[in-house]
Amino acid sequence: MIDVVNLQKSFGKVEVLKGIDITINKGDIVCVIGPSGSGKSTFLRCLNCMEDPTGGQIIFNGVNIADMHVDINLHRRKMGMVFQQFNLFNNKTVLQNIMLAPVHIGKTELRKAKWHNLFHKDKVEITTTKAQIVADAKENAMQLLRRIGLEDKANVYPSTLSGGQKQRVAIIRAMAMNPDVILFDEPTSALDPEMVGEVLDLMKSLAKEGLTMVIVTHEMGFAREVANRVIFIDEGKILEEAPPEEFFGNPKNPRLKDFLSKVL
Amino acid sequence: MGSFAKKVDTFLTAFIDNGGYVSVLEGLKNTMIIAVFGLIIGILIGTVIATVRVLPKYKTLPRVLDAICSFYVGLFRGTPIVVQLLVFYYVLLPLMGVHMSSLYVSVIVFGLNSGAYISEIMRSGIQSVDHGQMEAGRAVGLSFGTTMLNIVIPQAVKNILPTLGNEFIALIKETSVVSFVGASDLYKAFNMIGTNSYEFMVPYLVMALIYIAIVMLITLGIKLMERGLRKSDRRS
Ligand SMILES: Nc1ncnc2c1ncn2[C@@H]1O[C@H](COP(=O)(O)OP(=O)(O)O)[C@@H](O)[C@H]1O
Ligand SMILES: [Mg+2]
Repeated sequence: MIDVVNLQKSFGKVEVLKGIDITINKGDIVCVIGPSGSGKSTFLRCLNCMEDPTGGQIIFNGVNIADMHVDINLHRRKMGMVFQQFNLFNNKTVLQNIMLAPVHIGKTELRKAKWHNLFHKDKVEITTTKAQIVADAKENAMQLLRRIGLEDKANVYPSTLSGGQKQRVAIIRAMAMNPDVILFDEPTSALDPEMVGEVLDLMKSLAKEGLTMVIVTHEMGFAREVANRVIFIDEGKILEEAPPEEFFGNPKNPRLKDFLSKVL
Repeated sequence: MGSFAKKVDTFLTAFIDNGGYVSVLEGLKNTMIIAVFGLIIGILIGTVIATVRVLPKYKTLPRVLDAICSFYVGLFRGTPIVVQLLVFYYVLLPLMGVHMSSLYVSVIVFGLNSGAYISEIMRSGIQSVDHGQMEAGRAVGLSFGTTMLNIVIPQAVKNILPTLGNEFIALIKETSVVSFVGASDLYKAFNMIGTNSYEFMVPYLVMALIYIAIVMLITLGIKLMERGLRKSDRRS
């Protein structure tokens, strides 16, 4: 699904990613581990071009999205992202947070189709209406909220939620786009310890459903339990890539051994 | 003090019996029209300019737009508004062969002028919004413009509301120069009363009081609005 080929990223003269190659298949759960400042976030943010790669390719569903000429917004709809700081839209209610993108994109598509039909002979079939788009998005959002047990919070603003609630809303906001893959950047690092569990549980249940995920995390227990592959990034390179049993049980790279001995 | 009572008397005669209040109301209306529409135009222009200025600058087009905007802001902040009014009314319009009432010209010039100031206010407002808000919008596939319009700018406006209120007050005060191009505002009305009755002390005193009253009303309005907005934050 995602083919990363010789990915490089520099900020000015600072070379952060020095050629990363990895293939992420449908249903994969890849956990990314490494010391702070090693380029984990940068790697993840290059996958959806939140940072523009300075070299290499990111082939997502057959398209090289690192190419500046592709419409990145189209591809990002299928590639969700969850941030360490949640980043819920502060000026929108919980429900609006979840509905905003599906409604906006649905309406934009509808408008495009109508324009097309105005000027072209080959009509595209229009099967929906604005009201229908909103109704569908709302139903979907409420269903997702029920799933995480927060339907009673639909109409509150994010500032009234706890950290764990915010992050779970952020996750279902990404789910609302029905993405092919979701990228997580240390989703539990900003949480109070007692709230880490609820977020990891939600992620585990998504994993069981076969959602493809790339997760930068310091939760080694979680990585061991959920990932089907763990990668170790240090100084901008992947130094080890293995299934969790092997990764944690029999690490080969000396720096990984050193790292694991410090964190486990 | 007796002479002051006489002056008040003269003013009241001019104001009420000789119909001075009509021109004062007319002047008040024009002052408010210029300030309100100037502010609206200013907010629109200011928002567009501020957006251009925070645009990512990888490509040529944003850079060119940015250069144009910074020229515009420099021009309007670098010259007195009276000069802008005079140049617009007596130089640009005749050169273009356009006729326009001095009220319209005032609205336009005040709009263009406050656009330059508001763009700077708005830019700092936009920069005060956490960058994660933009990233979250982009991450769900919304464009820069859509995220700006729906997420960043509403939060920015909320942050700069007090400053925007001050800009509105500044606009109202500055409108007192539009008589340079013949528009009849509050100042012009009281000036006329003074000229007709050969007595300026009381008319200008009343004028000052009216300006103070307007400013205090607006300040109160802003306070109420801010309080309302803060409530919407906490609603649960
Ligand atoms: N926007 C940026 N500008 C300049 N340097 C950056 C930027 N983002 C990250 N870096 C640098 O890149 C390196 C890797 O950062 P990051 O990917 O955030 O590491 P990690 O997530 O593994 O802790 C760090 O040295 C950091 O200072
Ligand atoms: Mg990081």
